[in-house]
Amino acid sequence: MTSVPNARITPADIKSHGLSEEEYGRILEILGGREPNLVELGIFSVMWSEHCSYKSSKKWLKTLPTKASWVICGPGENAGVIDIGDGLAAIFKMESHNHPSYIEPYQGAATGVGGILRDVFTMGARPIANMNALRFGSPDHPKTRRLVSGVVSGIGGYGNCVGVPTVGGEVNFHPSYNGNILVNAMTVGLADQNKIFYSAAAGAGNPVVYVGSKTGRDGIHGATMASAEFGADSEEKRPTVQVGDPFTEKLLIEACMELMATDAIQSIQDMGAAGLTSSSFEMASKGGMGVQLDLEKVPQREEGMTPYEMMLSESQERMLIILKPGKEALARKIFEKWELDFAVIGHLTDTGRMVLKHHGEVVGDLPIDPLAQASPEYDRPWVATEPLPVLHAADVTEVDWRDALKTLMGCPDIASRRWVWEQYDCIVMADTAQRPGGDAAVVRIHNTNRALAISTDCTPRYVKADPFEGGKQAVVETWRNITAVGGKPLAITDNLNFGNPEKPPIMGQIVGAIEGIGAACSHLNYPVVSGNVSLYNETNGNAILPTPAIGGVGVIDDLDKMTTVAFKAPGDVILLIGQKDTASGWLGQSLYLREVAGREEGAPPPVDLKHEKLIGDFVRNLIQAGRVTACHDLSDGGLVVGLTEMALAGNIGCLLNDPGVPRHGRLFGEDQGRYVLTVKAADATAILREAEPVNIPVQMLGVTGGKDIVLADETAVSLADLRQLHEGWFPTYMSGKN
Amino acid sequence: MKARVHITLKNGVLDPQGKAVENALHGLGFGGVSDVRQGKFIEMKLKAGDAAAAKKEVEEMCRSLLANTVIENYAVEVID
Amino acid sequence: MKAAVIVFPGSNADRDAAVAVEQSIGAPPKMVWHRDTELPKVDFIVVPGGFSYGDYLRCGAMAAHSPIMREIKRAADKGTRVLGICNGFQIITEAGLLPGVLLRNKDLRFICKDVYLRVEQTKSDFTRRYKSGEVIRIPVAHAEGNFFADDATLQAIEDKGQVAFRYASAAGDVSDETNLNGSRGNIAGIFNEKRTVLGLMPHPERMSDPVLGGADGRKMFDGLVEALS
Repeated sequence: MTSVPNARITPADIKSHGLSEEEYGRILEILGGREPNLVELGIFSVMWSEHCSYKSSKKWLKTLPTKASWVICGPGENAGVIDIGDGLAAIFKMESHNHPSYIEPYQGAATGVGGILRDVFTMGARPIANMNALRFGSPDHPKTRRLVSGVVSGIGGYGNCVGVPTVGGEVNFHPSYNGNILVNAMTVGLADQNKIFYSAAAGAGNPVVYVGSKTGRDGIHGATMASAEFGADSEEKRPTVQVGDPFTEKLLIEACMELMATDAIQSIQDMGAAGLTSSSFEMASKGGMGVQLDLEKVPQREEGMTPYEMMLSESQERMLIILKPGKEALARKIFEKWELDFAVIGHLTDTGRMVLKHHGEVVGDLPIDPLAQASPEYDRPWVATEPLPVLHAADVTEVDWRDALKTLMGCPDIASRRWVWEQYDCIVMADTAQRPGGDAAVVRIHNTNRALAISTDCTPRYVKADPFEGGKQAVVETWRNITAVGGKPLAITDNLNFGNPEKPPIMGQIVGAIEGIGAACSHLNYPVVSGNVSLYNETNGNAILPTPAIGGVGVIDDLDKMTTVAFKAPGDVILLIGQKDTASGWLGQSLYLREVAGREEGAPPPVDLKHEKLIGDFVRNLIQAGRVTACHDLSDGGLVVGLTEMALAGNIGCLLNDPGVPRHGRLFGEDQGRYVLTVKAADATAILREAEPVNIPVQMLGVTGGKDIVLADETAVSLADLRQLHEGWFPTYMSGKN
Repeated sequence: MKARVHITLKNGVLDPQGKAVENALHGLGFGGVSDVRQGKFIEMKLKAGDAAAAKKEVEEMCRSLLANTVIENYAVEVID
Repeated sequence: MKAAVIVFPGSNADRDAAVAVEQSIGAPPKMVWHRDTELPKVDFIVVPGGFSYGDYLRCGAMAAHSPIMREIKRAADKGTRVLGICNGFQIITEAGLLPGVLLRNKDLRFICKDVYLRVEQTKSDFTRRYKSGEVIRIPVAHAEGNFFADDATLQAIEDKGQVAFRYASAAGDVSDETNLNGSRGNIAGIFNEKRTVLGLMPHPERMSDPVLGGADGRKMFDGLVEALS
């Protein structure tokens, strides 16, 4: 082994790198008793951070179903890959950028979008859609408004400039996110199945090429920051936040696409969290190779950068490529055309070691396999969340349905998100068939009449109350949303946001939610193909609501049959499909309970997976047969909120039959596995007849028409009033006037 | 040789950013603030023989690219 | 009829424009890289939307100085039809092909939504298929679409019938309420004096296919094909 210059590592160094005593002991073992120098210690610390190593969650993540006949590549690569027919693949992933977004909302959110885009195009896919899942603190919290404004403009600022449509997402508010917002961004891309690129390096002697932006001192230790709890001083951590450059990202996408169309790339990986360290390590490790880097060749933005800084920088818009022999000139020409940096910074070796040189001097020498693969894996102690009693509708105050509906339509979690999504270019690329505001976003597959349907969902209050049921519900809601537009759900990506896993109750939430996600995915044959874990989402010891955000992707084979939520014409019959006759309306953990009755209690609505599949398949078949004029799945706020959303979208009211008793349970209960459809009057009885023998509960709810939501007893609320409440909350809130 | 360029909006051109800053300052209790206008500041190094030549060159840059003279004014400052 | 779409670093609606142009012409337009110093011989040039040079410095300012812009100006002088959409409108105003300038939206935010436009001038190859006063629905997606010109310039634009479209209500009313970005005179698009160059902030190319929610934009491309073939 080469001799490596040493600097004594102090206990303070170990601590400041977020490593435990025990982990440091393992480092000494791996190095054969030699102490690491600071460069090496930094590398260990980022590689073994929670963010890069999944050390707390790995044991449980392994239990998730990841296979189906259409899965081309499951978790472990930059993103998941599925077969969508016609020789095409959808490549997608969701990833968090929570901590940076709290510290600097615009740049944090922007670079989150940039990072997830790179994860997808690095595999050969042209990004065609961005989605997001955002969680903010209470609207009353003094910081919330500024954070919403910054995050939304950051997401828009990056996505709009890069020219990838941001087609949907979710925004929720809860005081548990006051000091720790969640910014989860998802990208979906499209590739030819025979042009997918992976990250395993091969071929000793092949050049290691750096492309994109120059390296600066930004984001050093971002990966370790994302793995530590926030303390009161974290607002002082601003200098470590990275700045995004979407213009360079756009050029990088085009240059990479151009290079990928040639036969020059052996393997490729973006430089994400832990920058050059994790990209070079992962590529070499996956291919069983060694690598030598000459760090002075790294394009640098600032003078006097040290090897430590270059290895740990999280400067954005950079990629690492292993070229096939003899392809250097071709590749260089493409990157020069796009005015991007291109530098050969090293080569692959067959030693299985990473050797770092700076002006010829060895500054680091580490064995790759033990470091990348033998990273810690913990079986952290956990305690299951105690089940909560079922809250009966009879025990919840009933208020006039009209007042309750008005309260709900204007509450922060249901009010229209138009203020948000109008800041996102949702139509660039001219393939957006369904814009934000519906159940799932729909993006046409260019030059075809087929499309991808995409939805991100999670109901954290359910997960908190019952992690297993809540985990199931998050998966099922994406599945339902894709179904509701007529799509066949294919696979998901998961973004698991939790508190400190070293606390057994939090670890219990993680375990429960993962088991719930797994159960739903198995039953629905809807595997997990990629994902990301964000832990330690706590401020001063207070954890966020457990938030396993799910991003689902499905395919629509005939866009002409796609459904939207909007009522289309007066006189259509409204059907409720999937209501079990025993249900009196599940109000436990409902928004009615929280917003109208002021309570957050009870068990959440259970998810009956068999029922979900039966109902969903029935609904999808009706849609694909062209028999459905509008469709909406029921979730937050229950039946009458769902109906109101359909009425507002189409600007057509409805006349409803007597909902039965208890009325608040029937109208606002959040029982799962239900869809509202409108169909032509002449077809309604036929659908009822077909449903009966296969045990699908279908109820005729009423008919569309008029400009009000009217119940059988002639009580009514006008759409105009509801629209004002629904559309009014967000702009009023953001203007600071409420 | 170094040059600094200040680019400001001409009087009469609406400056929504300046207005937003002004409102924010009022919100923070800086009640005496008025007429906030925002602009750009550009700094550069130059290989010019003397200050006069440098200034001339930078003014040319302003006219051709750095400022849009339909709406913007510029001021050039040369520092040795 | 032959068409070209110019591609700058950061253009992102170049494909959108090419698809819409091809749909109307029946053949794909030539994609021209900004560093090319020669334009292919065409009848119609689209300067597409996007964020050329990241919108850094000022929207369109750096693209306006690209080598290809000299050629485009020369072609426009000879009567070649030029359409600047969104960032393309910003570029061709910066390049002096059209009067005025596009400032930051009045509420400072990016706006992406369908808007109603009242067609003000139908005597052009771009708008011949529309009826005067017709209201069309087309999306906008911009942060800097606030059209500004000084009083004298504005008066001249109005007097010479250079206003192509104004932001309006569904019923065709033009008012402060329908002025989504603060543009003077609610102006959404303007012509040069000869009405051979059109710049507009809304995206007709993204509303030229019913799957995208409407086809009001298609008439612009169909009209050009009809006039120039």
